[in-house]
Amino acid sequence: MLSQAFPRLVSRAARVSPIGKARFSSQSSPSVPFLASKTAIGTSTLLAAGSLAWYNHLYGTSSLLPEASANSAAENGMHPTTWPFEHYGPFETFNHASIRRGYQVYREVCSACHSLDRIAWRNLVGVSHTVDEAKAMAEEVEYTDGPNDEGEMFQRPGKLADYMPAPYPNEEAARAGNGGGLPPDLSLIVKARHGNADYIYSLLTGYCDPPAGVKLAEGMNYNPYFPGGGIAMARVLFDGLVEYDDGTPATSSQMAKDVTVFLNWAAEPEHDQRKKMGLQALMILSTLTAISLYVKRFKWSYLKTRKIVYDPPKPARHGPL
Amino acid sequence: MRVLKSNSLLALVNSYISDSPQPVNLSYAWNFGSLLAICLGTQIVTGVLLAMHYTPSVDLAFISVEHIMRDVNYGWMIRYIHANVASFFFIFVYLHIARGLYYGSYKAPRIMPWSIGVIILVLMMAIAFLGYVLPYGQMSLWGATVITNMLSAIPWIGTDFTQFIWGGFSVNNATLNRFFSLHYLLPFVLAALAAMHMLTLHTHGSSNPEGISANPDKAPMHPYYIFKDLITIFLFFIALATLVMYAPNLLGHSDNYIPANPMQTPPSIVPEWYLLPFYAILRSIPNKLLGVVGMLGALLILLAMPLLDDGRGRGDVHRPASRVAFWVFVGIFFLLMFLGSQHAEEPYITVGAVATAAYFLWFVMLLPIIGMMENSSFDGTNAPASSQAV
Repeated sequence: MLSQAFPRLVSRAARVSPIGKARFSSQSSPSVPFLASKTAIGTSTLLAAGSLAWYNHLYGTSSLLPEASANSAAENGMHPTTWPFEHYGPFETFNHASIRRGYQVYREVCSACHSLDRIAWRNLVGVSHTVDEAKAMAEEVEYTDGPNDEGEMFQRPGKLADYMPAPYPNEEAARAGNGGGLPPDLSLIVKARHGNADYIYSLLTGYCDPPAGVKLAEGMNYNPYFPGGGIAMARVLFDGLVEYDDGTPATSSQMAKDVTVFLNWAAEPEHDQRKKMGLQALMILSTLTAISLYVKRFKWSYLKTRKIVYDPPKPARHGPL
Repeated sequence: MRVLKSNSLLALVNSYISDSPQPVNLSYAWNFGSLLAICLGTQIVTGVLLAMHYTPSVDLAFISVEHIMRDVNYGWMIRYIHANVASFFFIFVYLHIARGLYYGSYKAPRIMPWSIGVIILVLMMAIAFLGYVLPYGQMSLWGATVITNMLSAIPWIGTDFTQFIWGGFSVNNATLNRFFSLHYLLPFVLAALAAMHMLTLHTHGSSNPEGISANPDKAPMHPYYIFKDLITIFLFFIALATLVMYAPNLLGHSDNYIPANPMQTPPSIVPEWYLLPFYAILRSIPNKLLGVVGMLGALLILLAMPLLDDGRGRGDVHRPASRVAFWVFVGIFFLLMFLGSQHAEEPYITVGAVATAAYFLWFVMLLPIIGMMENSSFDGTNAPASSQAV
């Protein structure tokens, strides 16, 4: 223990080494047992971190750090599969062709019941549509504006700055039109559900007959991914429901994937820029870390290469009596 | 004379972070202080920027946060940094406290910095809780409801006091406004406490891993510890950038992206990860008042560390039994954290009760007993030969 704390005091063989070769304490001491060595600590840390990462890769969840939840497993609904979305990688952007197709699915299917309050037409520009396309789509919608000089409200065609129109004027109308259920706003739905994009895709493609013994309330549909199993929304995506501009076959799984990517973009519009900046930040910060490691070593070399000598008082010249 | 020493203000800076003599044998466990200062600075700067765009109103809070995320230039980055540095703040403060426990930093002559530090921890939790309410998502509203309801456990005045805090009969617009006001104010109180933490530390300086006086061998803060601290600051920034840029919502709860709805209770209400151990203690005690007292007591019992550890040595480096006890405590802490994240059902209820008992027994039984055993074995082996023979 003393040798670890004061290596230079104990080891009389401490060399005054040149700056670049300053050595650190315990490596130079051969007496350290293997289990206390840096190699052993490093190896076991690497093994622990590696096995956790591998478990996480295999099962999509960490054994030691489960998602905080005060629910039982049944109440949470079936855990969604991790689907191979293109934008999951650290170096990947959204598939913008998919966002464009997904917008079409939202517009033609979902928007009949679901609002998208936080998205304005201008948000689509440069993401999935050109300025002219977005303007044209906005102009197709009539917005109430005003009051004008006479104090009257008036109708005008939409502008880029307008937000997506909602299907219902208020919550009560939405509930009345959907048998009491409230279709949630979809602007943040991907971030607002456990499982995120995987959950949305699994839910849209997961409708099936209820297993034996499961009784559903009147007007409910069975979906194992939905917490509790009974969901007011019926299955909506069937093959060929929309016709894509780019000729992609509109299978129900293709539409589910596209609309999920669109909704993921709607929830995280900063996604592409964020990951790009992440790479820039990591390049700059790792360089700064490397420089700071060198500077620290350089500045500390005086302390690390000190030689502390104990100079005992000289014995009396005449020897013991 | 250099202006750094002759100017009365710069002389203070000089004596605290430039010429300040530090023990040469400090390990990297002594780096968390500077990291915490960086965290506090980051939170204040990003928080002031967020407040420029935030609206504390039950109707507009959620929308104004989404406005920050979508329309404010780099608003998403400012908010994600603010939210994630809060987590790092707690990671570092727990590691800082663990360093203090392991190396006996709470012992005289540093009882004052330790005590102020415990107060800072409690205040930090309050600030973090207040901040979590501000986006006014489902978890904000219902977390606030659960936590403020604890106040109703106070005997006699509980209900009245809770309604006084709410400014109404439930969490409402007045509550959100005062939480915003306090969330802006209290960090500056925390900064003042942090200054006191350093003032009181400055008298005797940092302890060191050996637990003995480092006076014979000290080196100035600059350049030695300035450049050593810089390494961990950049490592912290790497970890922060990874979280903010690649998984910004990893430590959050998805329910908080659902606007607050007083008519609908979310299926599960869980606090942020850093409150989980104390939440577990709260839940493990069946009586409401005792639960709240237990939760607060679990934090404040740290104040008694200088009394409870009566071992004569400082730190666990040369005290093997204390070292084992330290890791037992770490185990209890993580067990409680895990239990706090779980549904209140068997076996977690029983394990929670046992872990809560173990937490308190560690302080009031294990620690004093180990101290006594260490002292008597020390006396036994170091007694003069004449007394041993008797």
